[in-house]
Amino acid sequence: MAKAEAQNIDRSKMKVSDEVVVSMSGVNKWYGTFHVLRDINLTVNKGERIVICGPSGSGKSTLIRCLNRLEEHQVGDINVHGIELNSDVKNIEEIRREVGMVFQHFNLFPHLTILENCTLAPIWVRQMPKKDAEEIAMKYLETVKIPEQAHKYPGQLSGGQQQRVAIARALCMQPQLMLFDEPTSALDPEMIKEVLDTMVALAEDGMTMVCVTHEMGFARKVANRVIFMDEGQIIEEKEPEEFFNNPENDRTKLFLSQILNH
Amino acid sequence: MPQKTDNKSVNFVRTEAAPLLPPPASEAGITGWLYQNIFNSMSDFSSPVATIKSVLMGLLTIFLLYVGLGQFWALLDFSLFSAVWSAPEGVKREACLTVDKGGELPSGWHGACWPFVAAKMKFLMYGAYDNDQLWRPNVTALIGLIGLAWVMIEPLPYRRYVGAFLLTIYPLIALILLTGGNFDTDYNSVTVITILGLLLITIGRQAAAGRMGQTAGEFAGMFGTFGWIFIAYAAVNATLGVDFNLRQIGTNDWGGLLITLVVAVTGIVASLPLGIVLALGRRSHMPVARILSTVFIEFWRGVPLITVLFMASVMLPLFLPEGVNFDNLLRALIGVMLFSAAYMAEVIRGGLQAMDKGQFEGADALGLSYWQKMRLIILPQALTHVIPGIVNTFIGLFKDTTLVSIVSIFDMLGAVQSTYADPSWGTPVQDETGYLFIVIIYFVFCFGMSRYSMFMEYKLSTSRKN
Repeated sequence: MAKAEAQNIDRSKMKVSDEVVVSMSGVNKWYGTFHVLRDINLTVNKGERIVICGPSGSGKSTLIRCLNRLEEHQVGDINVHGIELNSDVKNIEEIRREVGMVFQHFNLFPHLTILENCTLAPIWVRQMPKKDAEEIAMKYLETVKIPEQAHKYPGQLSGGQQQRVAIARALCMQPQLMLFDEPTSALDPEMIKEVLDTMVALAEDGMTMVCVTHEMGFARKVANRVIFMDEGQIIEEKEPEEFFNNPENDRTKLFLSQILNH
Repeated sequence: MPQKTDNKSVNFVRTEAAPLLPPPASEAGITGWLYQNIFNSMSDFSSPVATIKSVLMGLLTIFLLYVGLGQFWALLDFSLFSAVWSAPEGVKREACLTVDKGGELPSGWHGACWPFVAAKMKFLMYGAYDNDQLWRPNVTALIGLIGLAWVMIEPLPYRRYVGAFLLTIYPLIALILLTGGNFDTDYNSVTVITILGLLLITIGRQAAAGRMGQTAGEFAGMFGTFGWIFIAYAAVNATLGVDFNLRQIGTNDWGGLLITLVVAVTGIVASLPLGIVLALGRRSHMPVARILSTVFIEFWRGVPLITVLFMASVMLPLFLPEGVNFDNLLRALIGVMLFSAAYMAEVIRGGLQAMDKGQFEGADALGLSYWQKMRLIILPQALTHVIPGIVNTFIGLFKDTTLVSIVSIFDMLGAVQSTYADPSWGTPVQDETGYLFIVIIYFVFCFGMSRYSMFMEYKLSTSRKN
């Protein structure tokens, strides 16, 4: 069944190029004395769809949050889009302009309408005229299939709709890279599908994506690489078919047997 | 088909929708309201204990109604029905005296003496402000009221600009109208400051364009800001120095409601922005900003307002060099401002604390700068959360203005008390009438603020619906 689905998607635009979008080398991070990220080396090329999975507390969210400096790493180099990520505020703001992020709890701004949520950053960060920003916002709201909700407030939408708005909001900045931090974990089962469909459509469009998720069906379908993390380290990194059919590390086998067998 | 041993099927399929029925009488309408709010607690007679409880509740209700209505009636009677409303020309205290004391009112009369308030009205409103110049505070109040109403009424256009006018140009107009302007401005220093300001702005522009190197570029914004502050300062000073041909009236002559409003409005308007800056500073990651804000807030919260006012008016002049002399009212104003800013800061910090971390992260991830994040995302939500606390501080401040009377500034309370010294109006009801009058005025202002804040809360919560 999973294989049949995997063939269902349009791979014509999903091309991985040689251009490097993210490179992390020797990244280490501590919370106090707790070593959360241990020697992370990761390169993401343009057009890749990477799924990061692992047990809770394994550092996967921390890893992608380091990519736009929501978390600070202490040792190692992170380079996003050719910009070195250090404490320089200018660099950080430049990187955040190019990297979109979708959160587990959506983090929409409840005091602004859907449309205002989407146009806020283009207007204030990219200095786009309001009209152009609204045009772009409506375009992406159509992409995520909720243009008719544009003038409502986030509190009036369902969880799945809110998460799709969050995706549209990130897309409005026209980012080069999208980070997804457990985008479906806070959703009812019925709403997970609509969000995953949106993400699949995004992948089909050729977006570079790094997703922390437990949706293994999604990983099989769109990922070109799956990364398994445990205790702050990258344990195994493979193409999805290989990863699910021939896991090598014992920890990976245990994890897969636990999440797939029920 | 799965069946239980007693042959009853556990399966159930609804074929018809359950009917929608009107609520019982105890849930809706006037009877429902009366039942839920009044008779609910005294209509249970099912057992002896419940009956006793119901009867006791009934007696308590009747007693409370008796006391409450009695007080309310006494107040109405004193202020309206038994009150003396007018006195013939030239008649003063005699208008409010009973027969025993030499007046014409029946023995045992007790009511308000409104002619006394009417006779002292000018003093209660303006203090010793020159009688022929009263149009100046009136015009000031009128402009302020119109502006405020404009900002508060939703459908009116340009509300943002009116608000900006109220916060920038209006204080200047008020200052000139009330004092008379024509301060001895040193125009040489104004010129120097203007030139400095222009210079800073030019440097800022050059730096922003990247023509002065990396380090200067980062401070471009700061140069520009300081430049504009200099220019604004010079402009204010230059304007204050202009002779508008108004008579100068020192703040010693101000009094009554005028003082109350000047102190309260200055405190309220200044405390909000100052409080925001202090609250942000106290949560800042920069140690200097955090320590300075914390020390400031804790210092001002740690001393009573009376002490602040006393220090400002009595002690401060002792420390200042000979000849340097601040206006007494100005010193009190600064004290009130800083004092209320410290309280406001803690209220606002409470709102910031209550913000979900995700809101900060959401704003960060979009690439907003610190100030954009605060102004567009965090503060609008945080301030909404703490509207009750903010208005609390405003109302407290409004009432605390009476404390300025201890540094011999005659606010409304001070003014009314000093009218009691006038023997020509000396009657037994003089005090009660005077206090009742200012109670009404304070109540109107404070209740107004309270209602407006409830309106704001309602408006903001319905527009967000979450």
